[in-house]
Amino acid sequence: MKISLSINKKPYTLEVQEEMPLLWAIRDMIGLTGTKFGCGVSQCGACSILINGKLSKSCSIPVSYAVGKEIFTIEGTSENLEFLRQAWNEGNVPQCGYCQSGQLIAATSLLDSIKNPTDQDIDKALSNNICRCGTYSRIRKAIHKAVALKNRTL
Amino acid sequence: MSKINQINRRDFVKLFGLASGGILLGCTVSSDQKEFIPQESGTFTPNLFVQIQKDGNIILLASRSEMGQGIRTSLASAIADELEADWKYITVKQATGDAKYGNQNTDGSRSVRTLLKPMRKMGATAKMMLITAAAKKWNIAETDCKAENHFIIHKKTNDKIFFGDLVEEATKVQIPSEDSLKLKKVEDFKYIGKNLKSVDLKDFTYGTATYGIDIRIPNMKFAAIARCPVTFGSVKSVDDSNAKKVAGVEHIIELDRIVPPLGKFFGALGGIAVVANNTWSAFQGKLDLDIEWNYGENESFNSEKFQQILTKRVHQKGKLVPGSVGNVSAAFKDSKNTIEATYTVPFLVHAPMEVPNATAWFKEDEIEVWAPVQDPQTARAELAHFFEIPLDNISINVTFLGGGFGRKSKSDFVVEAVAISKKIKAPVQVVWTREDDIQHSFYHATSVQYLKGSLSTNGKVTGWLQRVAVPSIISSFKPLSDYASGFELGQGFTNNPYALDNFRLENTKAESHLRIGWMRSVVHIHSGFGNNSFVDELANAANINPLQFHLDLIGKDRIIQGKSKYPYNTKRMKEVLKNTAQKANWGRKLPESHGIGIALHYSFYSYVATAVEVSVKNGRVKIENIWTTIDCGLSLNKDNIKNQLEGAAIFGMSLALYGKISTKNGAVEQHNFYDYPMTRMKDTPNIHIDILDKMDEPPTGVGEPGVPVIAPAICNAIFNATGKRYRTLPLIDEGLV
Repeated sequence: MKISLSINKKPYTLEVQEEMPLLWAIRDMIGLTGTKFGCGVSQCGACSILINGKLSKSCSIPVSYAVGKEIFTIEGTSENLEFLRQAWNEGNVPQCGYCQSGQLIAATSLLDSIKNPTDQDIDKALSNNICRCGTYSRIRKAIHKAVALKNRTL
Repeated sequence: MSKINQINRRDFVKLFGLASGGILLGCTVSSDQKEFIPQESGTFTPNLFVQIQKDGNIILLASRSEMGQGIRTSLASAIADELEADWKYITVKQATGDAKYGNQNTDGSRSVRTLLKPMRKMGATAKMMLITAAAKKWNIAETDCKAENHFIIHKKTNDKIFFGDLVEEATKVQIPSEDSLKLKKVEDFKYIGKNLKSVDLKDFTYGTATYGIDIRIPNMKFAAIARCPVTFGSVKSVDDSNAKKVAGVEHIIELDRIVPPLGKFFGALGGIAVVANNTWSAFQGKLDLDIEWNYGENESFNSEKFQQILTKRVHQKGKLVPGSVGNVSAAFKDSKNTIEATYTVPFLVHAPMEVPNATAWFKEDEIEVWAPVQDPQTARAELAHFFEIPLDNISINVTFLGGGFGRKSKSDFVVEAVAISKKIKAPVQVVWTREDDIQHSFYHATSVQYLKGSLSTNGKVTGWLQRVAVPSIISSFKPLSDYASGFELGQGFTNNPYALDNFRLENTKAESHLRIGWMRSVVHIHSGFGNNSFVDELANAANINPLQFHLDLIGKDRIIQGKSKYPYNTKRMKEVLKNTAQKANWGRKLPESHGIGIALHYSFYSYVATAVEVSVKNGRVKIENIWTTIDCGLSLNKDNIKNQLEGAAIFGMSLALYGKISTKNGAVEQHNFYDYPMTRMKDTPNIHIDILDKMDEPPTGVGEPGVPVIAPAICNAIFNATGKRYRTLPLIDEGLV
């Protein structure tokens, strides 16, 4: 079926089966490959995106669900994501980098809802994202750093 | 880029010392050899790895694959340092798979060890030529010039010329001889030994880094393959009528197993490939296949029974391994205090976040591949062999690797993609599902070890018997290799750091019923676990502080592998151990229900010691702190090394706590991250990394050496906290997680 999606505030029209997971519609049909495939069963968070601001695993949500909603991916930009990117950069966080799209989106979602997260908040919000390289300590520090960067500029 | 003169490639590799093993033979290149270096007009390209443009931008080539170990940054920094380049002008380009770049096998924690010097020479060559060019312009002696931060400086007048402005002149300069190259002193390093951020940070944080799975080519197809659940089984019959009905599915193809020739290559498992116009349709079509399999000879393989068989075998006499010393039986007879223990590690799988995948385009007499491969040259050679296409007609474009850990050294997924592309006559991307990755890998082998030790009345170890049963990696290249090979036993079994008068190592039969491969730190995982657990058991039996016991057991300063280019120096082992103990404040009073354990291990020529502090509450273990010290000789990029060791701690935790692949009726029982779990944010302890300053020593391994110490240090800490000894991994099976 023909559907329209809004991704990072840009409209896309695509011919797709309605039950196709959003992940594959975004990656294969639209060609935005920053959102990653990791497990296909909502276990690793590599495919994390925001749908109407809500953290979602795009591998487990049919594309039809997103019609009429606003999708936010790693190709997008937001105030919190930019502070996080800066902090990721300062902390030299990534190793292979593959999971980092999902980590950054999950962290964005966290900062969107909690201005100054505790370690427990980070544990809760980021434990759905696997990093096989093991950059968790740096991710944690970078989230705190992003908050500090934001507070400094405000 | 212009065509490269084929004849001279081998000479270049030989001259620049990039041949396999990284032996430095020299750097002499005469001007007539310039023709085989691709020359682009308007650039200065003194060698295959350096290109300087008129605007001053410098493109440096990374010959090794980037899989998170930071190699693109490390290699570039070595060139840039000698070149006196300003880092902000540096761009790193990934080399294709081609022997002209020397050995590209990204494996064994050896890229920096083998390439630091050659890369420094690439930079020094370029710098010298720029100096010559500037000296000519000024009509002064070269010795009156120096390079500094992207400029050549006239020492007397302080005039300076920007690198970019020397491009034209420099192309006319003769390439200097190796003898004339002067490499920098440690104290003059600008990038080497410092903290450099990854050159790829921007791409990693904006989702713009292209991994294998992100390759998109016009008209490409996507494929998923159903493979027999039992290793080397084959298709008996298939009903693909439902799969064909899946929207988007275009072809269903039977792939025969591609059997590798004896001694090399990986081949491919074969199965039924579903080709579609998107990944998901291929996945769906695969699920809708109704296949009857011939399971073949591995059908009865049950890993639990296998471990029982291995356990039985290690309790009987095995094959004596050379290097054993003294008389262990006599020592046991003389001792009133003998200890025995059996340690078991399960099969493990790498599970990199990016699943195996490859994009291939078979075009009659040539093949183009885009893939996340650790060893592009082997992939290339393998394709030339199986598809009978000349090597020069095969191009392997190396993408970013979303993790490798050894899985992506094995290019079976590349072979699959080419086989499908050949059949459908179109470019195709093969994508493994996570289930495929967990169930059809080249597994890290299971092991069972039996150890027996004897103590004197004053707590000295008088005898050490170790029997090892571990299926061999060699079995993947030479079937029926039923004993661990010499190189495998050399990973921590034949070369432990202990001063033992009576030491006996026995090798025990262990067949392979799965494809056996190597995973980050390889056999060191087994030896590190057995050795360090057992030393801790002996220390406790002797009632001696494990730190002191380890130090006493290592004994006097001495060289263990005297013939090696990187002699194993027990002094350095003790240094990392002492540093770790100090950082962990070893001996302090611990909080209630906390315990601390230590482990040390030498691997990939590096020395590592780790202390782990755990808490055990209500029978559940929590890793609180990890302190790791490494001596890896010259540390090229300190922050990157720290990142690697932090990651190794997490990787080690995953295998200690959760990692287990088991089989029933020949088929792997795990599927995905829900039953092959790994360490997550909530499990992450405070990790403290120390790098000993050894800038005058040659650089040694970094990516792997941090792993083998973690599991034993955790188990030793749990013993310290609870008095209970865990000898079988993973700990989740013991109800501790």
